[in-house]
Amino acid sequence: MDVPATLGRILDTHRDQPGALLPVLHEVQEALGFIPPETVPEIAAALNLSRAEVHGVISYYHHFRQESPGRNVIRVCCAEACQAVGGEALAEHARARLAGSELTLEPVYCLGLCACGPAVQVDETELHAAMTPVKFDALVARLELEK
Amino acid sequence: MKITVYVPGDAAALALGADAVAEAIATGAAARGVDLRLVRNGSRGMVWLEPLVEVATPQGRIAYGPVTVDAVVALFDAGFLAGGAHPLCLGPTGEIPWLARQTRRVTPRLGVVDPKSLTDYVARGGGEGLRRARAMAPGAIVQAITDSGLRGRGGAAFPAGIKWRTVHDATATQKYIVCNADEGDSGTFSDRMLMEGDPYCLLEGMAIAGRAVGADRGYIYVRSEYPHAIAVLQAALAAAGDFLGGFRVEVRKGAGSYVCGEETALLESLEGKRGIVRSKPPLPAIEGLFGRPTLIHNVITLASVPDIVAGGAAAYREQGVGRSRGTLPFQLAGNILRGGLVEVPFGMSLRELLYDFGGGSRSGRPLRAVQVGGPLGAYLPESQFDAPLDYEAFAAIGAGLGHGGIVAFDDTVDMAKQARYAMKFCAIESCGKCTPCRIGSTRGVEVIDRIRAGDRTQIGLLEDLCETMVQGSACAMGSMTPIPVMSALNHFPEDFS
Ligand SMILES: Cc1cc2nc3c(=O)[nH]c(=O)nc-3n(C[C@H](O)[C@H](O)[C@H](O)COP(=O)(O)O)c2cc1C
Ligand code: SF4
Ligand code: FES
Repeated sequence: MDVPATLGRILDTHRDQPGALLPVLHEVQEALGFIPPETVPEIAAALNLSRAEVHGVISYYHHFRQESPGRNVIRVCCAEACQAVGGEALAEHARARLAGSELTLEPVYCLGLCACGPAVQVDETELHAAMTPVKFDALVARLELEK
Repeated sequence: MKITVYVPGDAAALALGADAVAEAIATGAAARGVDLRLVRNGSRGMVWLEPLVEVATPQGRIAYGPVTVDAVVALFDAGFLAGGAHPLCLGPTGEIPWLARQTRRVTPRLGVVDPKSLTDYVARGGGEGLRRARAMAPGAIVQAITDSGLRGRGGAAFPAGIKWRTVHDATATQKYIVCNADEGDSGTFSDRMLMEGDPYCLLEGMAIAGRAVGADRGYIYVRSEYPHAIAVLQAALAAAGDFLGGFRVEVRKGAGSYVCGEETALLESLEGKRGIVRSKPPLPAIEGLFGRPTLIHNVITLASVPDIVAGGAAAYREQGVGRSRGTLPFQLAGNILRGGLVEVPFGMSLRELLYDFGGGSRSGRPLRAVQVGGPLGAYLPESQFDAPLDYEAFAAIGAGLGHGGIVAFDDTVDMAKQARYAMKFCAIESCGKCTPCRIGSTRGVEVIDRIRAGDRTQIGLLEDLCETMVQGSACAMGSMTPIPVMSALNHFPEDFS
């Protein structure tokens, strides 16, 4: 991916939008998988912000990543409604299963699937409810095969 | 003849396999030469029956659920396209007792309409509120909201009319409507379901609010954990034509910060900054987004507006108890057999919701504790299950309804662990502005760890720490985290020894 070209295109569409920083950061992360540190000066310049401000925002929000993630990002819900149906054991299982894997595991605090937990989200697109360790292993096996 | 089949596209239904079911039905219909119209509706809210497939028949919509891919062939063989009998058949959807017993004022179209079809929305009564509002003076709309008794559904339950009046009376060249769709509380999903299932209702509510207070721009701040809701809102906006008149709406995506649900942190975030809570005053109604008067409300508050304006304030006010007027879409979650969205007037007991609707625990074990109102809400023991669901009655027992999320736990729960989690969540999500919230929560985790390791002398320390957090926090994140902690300690002391 041509980072400068992608960044230029994103910044062009948001230059006149009030409070554009979050939308810009989202688009950069969607396009590149993370927000490379070398994009910060240009984002700051385009939006009339200091580098420190941009960096402060990136590091404040849990959603933004400064390093390239694994091939897939698996988010396991760790919030109360999922805890009530075995979410914690599932999260522990996931941690052990994905240790050293190419897939990235992240905690998430509620996916709005609280009536059918434990809930899991893959790459912000795929959702899974009533997750069990056995189903989790099958999901991971599929993702590892998919490539 | 075209046959219409509904397979929900709601995130909970998707998580339970609805896409694969929809595909199997489409394939099966094609193989049988059936002219199929497949609608991806929202969810009716009966999450335990998802994927809930419905077929439009001359006798009305017939429901089947929960449908799995493996069951689809058998459903075709049983003639489900004509409402045929099958073990998964639930009869006419509207007559399923769980649904029939509800009062769907805010969610009458949920799971009924095609969320992306404005035509469908209007055919089901949508648009009437906005049509009436256009013929009313702005002040009269504000008065209707005041008269309805509507209170904010985001958690604080502040009277909506007072906020509307303040923004209406403010003089400014630009005002804003902001919809708080951050829905960070665990156990809540009514905002998500409404946005995914009936987005035009929210948009209409925002446009009415805009007309009432003099704002022509609106923002919907949706948490990043809800990509499906964002997509539906964007599709609905793209197909809105001139439905909203001159009112322009922009959908903004959050970035995984719980405290950005707090209204001033949300405004900071919309402005492109870190989500740090602002000092009040000034109130957002006076100096809100970009320094302009801003009416900020939760999704359900705004989605209640079209019904109030169309049906009249008196009809809305008629339902409920005391100062809690109208209905609340409660959400039954956690270890519950029949979880989902239950919209009922205020006043029903928690027990009725948990057992009559919820059917008790999913595990089959006794329910031991229930957390109402999200991560800052109290843990209630069985002895408090008869409390009526109304703002004042809950305040009287040191609890709150919050956004209406109800999370059930069975008797395997360790309440000291839940108290620890409440502190840990505060430590993770604190915006960092106040020391008692930022540092106190981390200390709280350590103190509870020592208690759990057997050191009961630390209990006094935990109580003091909670008191410091209550006194020294600028927002409810820090000042209300002690509520789940202390309610766990007070109602379940045996778990702390
Ligand atoms: C830490 C914290 C998180 C909050 N999260 C939400 C939220 O996710 N959604 C919401 O509508 N209100 C949330 N609120 C309440 C808002 O600050 C505010 O009261 C609400 O948006 C007002 O809308 P309403 O009058 O319609 O309730 C939160 C408050 C605090 C202190
Ligand atoms: S109480 Fe916590 S979240 Fe709220 S303003 Fe203070 S530090 Fe921020
Ligand atoms: S608590 Fe896990 S999805 Fe809501």
